[in-house]
Amino acid sequence: MWHALIMRVHNAIQLKNPSPSFVGEVVSTNNQGTDMPKNKSRIAEILKAHQDDLAAEWVKNLQATGTGKDSRISESQLREQTKEFLVLLSEAAAVGGDVHSQAWNATVDFLEDVSRSRVQQGFTSEETARFIFSFKQPLFARLRAELAKDHEAFAEETWAATELLDKMGLITIAAFQKTREDLINRQQQEMLELSTPVVKMWDGILALPMIGTLDSARTQIVMESLLQRIVDTGAELAIIDITGVPTVDTLVAQHLLKTVTAIRLMGADCIISGVRPQIAQTIVHLGVDLQGVTTKANLADALSLALKKLGFAVTRTKAAN
Amino acid sequence: MTCAIRMMGGQVMALVKSEELPVRIEQDVVMARQAVRRLSVELKFSLVDQTKMVTAASELARNTVVYGGGGTMRCEVLIDGGKSGLRLTFEDQGPGIPDMSLAMKDGWTSGGGMGMGLSGAKRLVNDFEIVSEVGKGTRVTITRWK
Amino acid sequence: MDRIPILRMGEFLLVSIQVDMHDQLAMTLQDDLTSMIERTGARGVLIDISALEMVDSFIGRMIANISGMSRILDAHTVVVGMQPAVAITLVELGLSLPGVKMALNIEKGMAYLRAQRAAEEGDGPNDLRYSDDGGAGYGTRQE
Repeated sequence: MWHALIMRVHNAIQLKNPSPSFVGEVVSTNNQGTDMPKNKSRIAEILKAHQDDLAAEWVKNLQATGTGKDSRISESQLREQTKEFLVLLSEAAAVGGDVHSQAWNATVDFLEDVSRSRVQQGFTSEETARFIFSFKQPLFARLRAELAKDHEAFAEETWAATELLDKMGLITIAAFQKTREDLINRQQQEMLELSTPVVKMWDGILALPMIGTLDSARTQIVMESLLQRIVDTGAELAIIDITGVPTVDTLVAQHLLKTVTAIRLMGADCIISGVRPQIAQTIVHLGVDLQGVTTKANLADALSLALKKLGFAVTRTKAAN
Repeated sequence: MTCAIRMMGGQVMALVKSEELPVRIEQDVVMARQAVRRLSVELKFSLVDQTKMVTAASELARNTVVYGGGGTMRCEVLIDGGKSGLRLTFEDQGPGIPDMSLAMKDGWTSGGGMGMGLSGAKRLVNDFEIVSEVGKGTRVTITRWK
Repeated sequence: MDRIPILRMGEFLLVSIQVDMHDQLAMTLQDDLTSMIERTGARGVLIDISALEMVDSFIGRMIANISGMSRILDAHTVVVGMQPAVAITLVELGLSLPGVKMALNIEKGMAYLRAQRAAEEGDGPNDLRYSDDGGAGYGTRQE
């Protein structure tokens, strides 16, 4: 129906108002001012009249394809969701128009909510999309029963229903995807924060244990947070520990050098620790000049050097057992 | 303030705001810095990005005054797809740069600077473009994206 | 012509740059500072740049110049309080200011200058300490 409706309205507009800006561009439209086909909201009517049957069929279909079989979602929840969706859908379909128009807001919002909750419940995209697509069969069956005598209307309504449900399906998948992307973004952000903690080792000594691959963006964030902590704490020594950094390429080595220089410009000192043999080899092979940068094999050596530089001495007062 | 939409390489780039400042005397360098700082803050650049852009503007504005004999700085706020950026164009009608590769070298200077002006400014921004013709003048365009 | 004030604190000179400097102001500061070192016989110079939102190659050069010139005039220079964003930008610009002593804040800068003086004085007789400036002494000194 929707497609037919759009085509008709399109034609009507072209006849009445042959404005070039409309040609080939009409993707959404409303029913005003055009002679509507009389079967305008057949789908809406059918939805309204057979809500309970349709919902029951739909749930059966959903369960047949696996949804609601495990503990992620209960049967009563599923029933509620299908019912609520059918109510919203029949209301929106009665008003008509494009799914992006205001009348459809509630329906679209509901679908997006369902998608979001599916993500949280750990459903796959396929399982989430099935929510809408398993409604096709009951709806088509109902259309067939209702419009058995009018073949033309049946074909038209079937097509319209397909269009409509496909759009609903796309909305579901888009919302699913978006929720997943938001999740990934948030996790990335959290990882960035988690992987760059600046820790206080001693009065005046900060340490930054770096873990994972260093890229430009990350190094920049790390550098900024370290420098800011130096200002805040007045620490004179910073230890950058790269034990957890798997590889060092030219860019990373240069980033490290820049960090060391920036720390010096602020009036603090820097020691790089945890340089593994392979990394030392790479640095030399790359021709990166780390001269003038204090490097230590491990964090303990770096800390002991830092303490010494600040005038501390560590002594053992009791022999170990 | 102007509003224009321009196609660049098939992509729509919108020019949201455009200002032009004279860069003739030393005081103008300070004014240029302040204008760039204000726009960078408006664009919500991070503090480091603000500082980089202001520093690059300072270097180029000084070049315009000292070597170009004065000129103008045009500031443009751009929106390209989802990202926003600040583009600065420094233009003078000075003697131009005879040897571009030499001028872009670290530590080379024909004046009294440290020779970090052009090459340094280039490192501080995302896009850098320089056009110079001997006897006609020089135009440097830099852009930093948020 | 406006100038950046230079404060005298015993045998040290203190400069705090609080304004967005144009080039001439930076040149004037360089001149003022060197002549003041000469006139007062100051042995240390502390330049506070914590309020500076930007250091470009010109200001960077001025800082390096002041440091070099005062060394020749027998005074140590320490530059304190560079902001993180300024430090990152300077590095990217290609300036690392080698040979210029930097310190985190005024307190640490003063401690450095005093340590330098103490090390120098350690070579000579102890009673000569601070006597060359006629008395003003350090900020912490009791009257």
